[in-house]
Amino acid sequence: MGDCMERPLTRHLRPDLEPLSIEEYEKAGGYQAVRMTLREQTPQEVIGIVKDSGLRGRGGAGFPTGVKWGFVPSGPDVPSPKYLVVNGDEMEPGTFKDRLLLEGNPHQLLEGVILAAYAIQARVAFIFLRAEYGMAARRMRRAIEEAQVKGWLGRRILGTDFDLEVHVHGSAGRYICGEETALLNSLEGRRATPRSKPPFPLQVGLWGRPALVNNVETLCNIPAILNNGADWFKGLGRGGDAGTKIYGASGKVRRPGLWELPMGTTAREIIEEHAGGMRDGLALRGFLPGGASTRFLTDQHLDVKLDFGSVEKAGSRLGTGTMIVLDDRTCPVGLARNLVHFFAQESCGWCTPCREGLPWLVKILSALEAGEGQPEDLEILREQVGRIAPGHTYCALAPGAMDPLGSALDCFGDEFERHIREKRCPWKSDGRGTP
Amino acid sequence: MSVEVGWTGDAMSRVTIRVDGRIHAVKAGQNLLQAILSLGLRLPYFCWHPALNSVGACRQCAVKQFKDENDTRGRIVMACMTPVTEGMRVSVEDPEAKAFRKGVIEWLMLNHPHDCPVCDEGGACHLQDMTVMAEHSVRRSRFPKRTHRNQNLGPFLHHEMNRCIQCYRCVRFYRDYAGGRDFDVLGAHDRVYFGRHEEGTLESPFSGNLVEVCPTGVFTDKTFRKHYTRKWDLQFAPSVCPSCAVGCNTSPGERYGTVRCVLNRFNPDVNGYFLCDRGRFGYEQVNSDRRILKPLRRMEKKGTLVPVEAGTAFEGLPEGFSDPGRVIGIGSPRASLEANFALRTLVGPECFYAGVSSGEYRLTRTVLQIFREGTVRAPSVAEIEQCDAVVVLGEDLTNGAPRVALAVRQSVRNKPMERADRLAIPRWDDAAVRNCAQSEKKGPLLVATPSADSLDDLASWQYRAAPPDVARLGFALAHAVCPDAPAIADLSEGVQRLVDEVAQALVGSEKVAVLTGVGCGCEDVLRAAANLAWALKAREKDAYLYCALPERNSMGLALLEGQDLEAAFQLTGTSAPRTVLVLENDLFRRADVGTVTEFFDRVEHVVAIDCFETATTQQADRVLPSAPFTETAGTLVSAEGRAQRFFACLPPKEGVPDAWRWVRDMARCLGRSEILPWETLDDVIVSLAQALPAFEAVVRVAPPACFRINGQKIPRQPWRSSGRTALQAHRNLHEPAPPDDPDSPLAFSMEGCEGSVPDAVRPFSWTPGWNSASGSGGHTDDETNPEEASEVLLIGPGRDVVSPGRFFDLIPAAFERRPGEWLLVPSYRLFGSEELSALAPAIAERIEKPCLSLNTRDAEALGCGGGDEIRVTAGSRSFCLPLVIEPSLPAGVAGVPSGVSGLKWMALPQWGRIAPGGTK
Repeated sequence: MGDCMERPLTRHLRPDLEPLSIEEYEKAGGYQAVRMTLREQTPQEVIGIVKDSGLRGRGGAGFPTGVKWGFVPSGPDVPSPKYLVVNGDEMEPGTFKDRLLLEGNPHQLLEGVILAAYAIQARVAFIFLRAEYGMAARRMRRAIEEAQVKGWLGRRILGTDFDLEVHVHGSAGRYICGEETALLNSLEGRRATPRSKPPFPLQVGLWGRPALVNNVETLCNIPAILNNGADWFKGLGRGGDAGTKIYGASGKVRRPGLWELPMGTTAREIIEEHAGGMRDGLALRGFLPGGASTRFLTDQHLDVKLDFGSVEKAGSRLGTGTMIVLDDRTCPVGLARNLVHFFAQESCGWCTPCREGLPWLVKILSALEAGEGQPEDLEILREQVGRIAPGHTYCALAPGAMDPLGSALDCFGDEFERHIREKRCPWKSDGRGTP
Repeated sequence: MSVEVGWTGDAMSRVTIRVDGRIHAVKAGQNLLQAILSLGLRLPYFCWHPALNSVGACRQCAVKQFKDENDTRGRIVMACMTPVTEGMRVSVEDPEAKAFRKGVIEWLMLNHPHDCPVCDEGGACHLQDMTVMAEHSVRRSRFPKRTHRNQNLGPFLHHEMNRCIQCYRCVRFYRDYAGGRDFDVLGAHDRVYFGRHEEGTLESPFSGNLVEVCPTGVFTDKTFRKHYTRKWDLQFAPSVCPSCAVGCNTSPGERYGTVRCVLNRFNPDVNGYFLCDRGRFGYEQVNSDRRILKPLRRMEKKGTLVPVEAGTAFEGLPEGFSDPGRVIGIGSPRASLEANFALRTLVGPECFYAGVSSGEYRLTRTVLQIFREGTVRAPSVAEIEQCDAVVVLGEDLTNGAPRVALAVRQSVRNKPMERADRLAIPRWDDAAVRNCAQSEKKGPLLVATPSADSLDDLASWQYRAAPPDVARLGFALAHAVCPDAPAIADLSEGVQRLVDEVAQALVGSEKVAVLTGVGCGCEDVLRAAANLAWALKAREKDAYLYCALPERNSMGLALLEGQDLEAAFQLTGTSAPRTVLVLENDLFRRADVGTVTEFFDRVEHVVAIDCFETATTQQADRVLPSAPFTETAGTLVSAEGRAQRFFACLPPKEGVPDAWRWVRDMARCLGRSEILPWETLDDVIVSLAQALPAFEAVVRVAPPACFRINGQKIPRQPWRSSGRTALQAHRNLHEPAPPDDPDSPLAFSMEGCEGSVPDAVRPFSWTPGWNSASGSGGHTDDETNPEEASEVLLIGPGRDVVSPGRFFDLIPAAFERRPGEWLLVPSYRLFGSEELSALAPAIAERIEKPCLSLNTRDAEALGCGGGDEIRVTAGSRSFCLPLVIEPSLPAGVAGVPSGVSGLKWMALPQWGRIAPGGTK
């Protein structure tokens, strides 16, 4: 087990990030897990291994993957076919990890898709890709063709009874499609509005039939888990969670990027070692640990291990594990405005708090930025953050938008007050970002 | 009541819930919002609707739910999405929940214009009511509001998108409930738009319901707008829609002698919350300039009709008028039971003729026979909605009985919804239920009609054939369901396969409705439908048979058992009548022009009683103006056999009498007052019930005129605090006494009893704080007693049941096309085929140009294309129509518009010749 074995997700990626052909992937040991699993293991055994591995969903919620698979109904009364849906609608601001995997090694995802589909006995899989991921879609489609030719997909794979067809579906470009039920509505050709649960997609998913929705990164872990076993995977993590994670950093760090690191790597290590620290003359003021819809952590939290439990304990969420770093020369009000504006734009328009509440907040934050803030604005902002809370809205989008805003109000409240007091954005006056 | 019960199945079981510390027993299986509203508590909501159920979009009905008695924090839940469970603890008054609800209104008001004073919804606006209820009053936002461009949606609806609060009710009603396709929700985030993809007339026959479904003023009644008045200034009456035989309950609203609008009047068994567009917008007929307000008289034969004073209306009636047998009466399916009965009494039963065409007369006799002798009764609209299998035989329901078609649209969901039951998803969880149901097969629904049908999109099987072949399919189905029903020997293999498949599905269902009607003019179709319903009954299914009839009182008239109009036309020589009394009926719509004209020429004196000028009144020697449905009271019998009373909304204009009073006065004038000794409508009703046992139940349809609540009459006008009593003040400071109404317990006043009144005499729906049509008020709990409701059914098994197991056994021969001839079948249109609604300008705007329809190959064989002029000749009648290609029509069958004004009457169906060419 050399260094490469500790990076099961990215070890095959070529330095130029060109995708591996199927021959290259097979030569590197690709599809071995499919060969072994389809011949030697029952679907139940596969689910058992994934459960034991401790793999948790990498889309943001961190639900144990094997447990989720185990909930997929089986038996003669279950409407058929069952579907596997890959959530590749990576539209979270600051998040671009799935893109790396999709573009760099589409076959690894495909292998994960085959294994997951086998485990839940799905006969059709959809890979739902963000509208802008054209290159990923092209590479994915090519990989599917190659795999069909090689017999990894299609009817009676490896001579077993297992059939699988895989389709790539390009999104029409709405952030809400990352929410799995909205994604399913969109796949069905309906408006991308989230659904009420129950029924959960595992029971009633696509066209009324069961559908399992998994994130790209989650599925890319599967081949290595089945090749190397649950214990090996568990051993990769440093803290409470198993495996590795593609962490990322964006913002005014020296080297923004993505790195596959053991689960539980600290924020400090990522920012200071891998991202090379802050750019010259800038200091870290805070960071959103897992994409735009998580709460700000500050420099006190740099030593928090970035795993699901530790980040939650620190008051935020691991989310997608790709952090947005805020420096001390960027206006936090502006950042909050930018993010809330994004979420307001991406609201599906179904429920009132999200559709009406977010644009109101954008207007208030814009007014603050324009030096037109009023003393009562702060009170309204705080009140709205409390009101647009989980359970008060139809889905998690609007409460997610409140995470950066609410935590910005908590961490940088004086900045908001200064905007109102000075009737200007103190960070904008000379146009160069200096006060 | 029609609110869906939940998956727990047992609608009657109750659970105990604690609301703000008080313990209540509520119906199990419903959601918390329904439960709270049924307790009379105030909880605002928008997206929930009792017929459309819950989707959890608006977040307005937030309440606090507590886990147990130790939970003091609780959490906010949406009442509409929360099932009631035994022992649950909730708080409506919780400060956080209240603040949240207030906050939701604040969000909705961020963009809602402050245009209430100029908004048609103002005063009857659910958003206003909810805003007051949630106590939002101060605007904190200082930012501009978003605006939208409005669309011209046609003559019925006014569109004002800026007012939209995005509750999604409109699109859920229009698309999900009513099956419309030309209206949708467009755009996203805070620019969601409800409209058409491009401006244009809304196509759904149920579009008018958006007026009441919309909780604010986005969709308002465009016809109302032309003579607008506030709801509190309107005077209402409990009424019954005059536009077809379904008998939907309505509340027409009037002011200053003009009827301004029609609102739905909730009846859980019939129309529920919805009307069709003909019913809602046809009311302007009563404001038409074709109203007759003065008696008219022709002083000499062939002279002109001149107005005379009411007192002199009977002067100069010819000698011998009172000779028995020399006066005949022609009744009408659009006149009330009472008016028809009065006429029948005056002339005697042997001289009373049913004023419908001979074809329709035969068909309705068959319908009566089927219900009297058969084992199956007619379903209410609500019962059709609950069926899990439906067969449509020969009837274009969407055009002929639209509200029934809307019920069919709900019934096809029943089987698919069983999957939601299995997954323990409550039926009120609308989006979830539809999601679960989408993998399941709809129906089963068979639509067997001569041409493409609006219900085809839901049909499990579509069958297009000439009426005799539709009948044969029905007979074959009956036999396949129950072998005792006669078999058909010579069915094609394809049809036999269809029969086997459909029969299997029907036998596998529980509640089956066979829906047919007189629309395609074929008695065999009626008999086939009866056989099928009886066969299903023999297989112990809950089987129903619905026979759609053309006019508001077709069934009532049929029950009065007049004679065939054709027989009247044939009276000659010594038996020829000297005088004909025609009651609210245009005979030129019932028979050939030549026949009617010749008949009128033959009799000495034609007396026409009618509200409107028609071809018949123009030919009459004496015209007596009667009050239209909004100015009189009476009883109608729907196609289901349901007797329902309608009441005057305003005193008759210029004092024109009710039709039955004209008949009575005529009797008095002739010295025969002893046979019509009536003073009030109740006298007529009692007399009718005594004279004819079939009508014995009619006295119980509604409370009599002497009915009082706490000694007071029921006000027709909503209460208002100021203003109305000053309306006459420039003339007289004394408040004028309200006009007397001897025929009902209702008063033309806002004064009278307060509180709840019996459904049959409730003029309008109002409860404190709930001013709008889209608020449900108290309509959420089980209030009606089903046994009481069935008392007003006048037909059906149990009255004259003949030994069960008897089937019709005369099976028609298969349709064979004739060389050079076509079977002309009637094509009945929603707008235009009904006589009086066509007088309403908005409806008139929607009437399509009459066309003749042929299938593609028949048209090609004639060398004609769409739009070409075509000459249709049948017997001595001939007219020209533009051609429209209808690919679904069977070869050898042509569709001819029926009932359209301006087109000469022609007996349909009949064989005719078709040739290209216009003005030959």
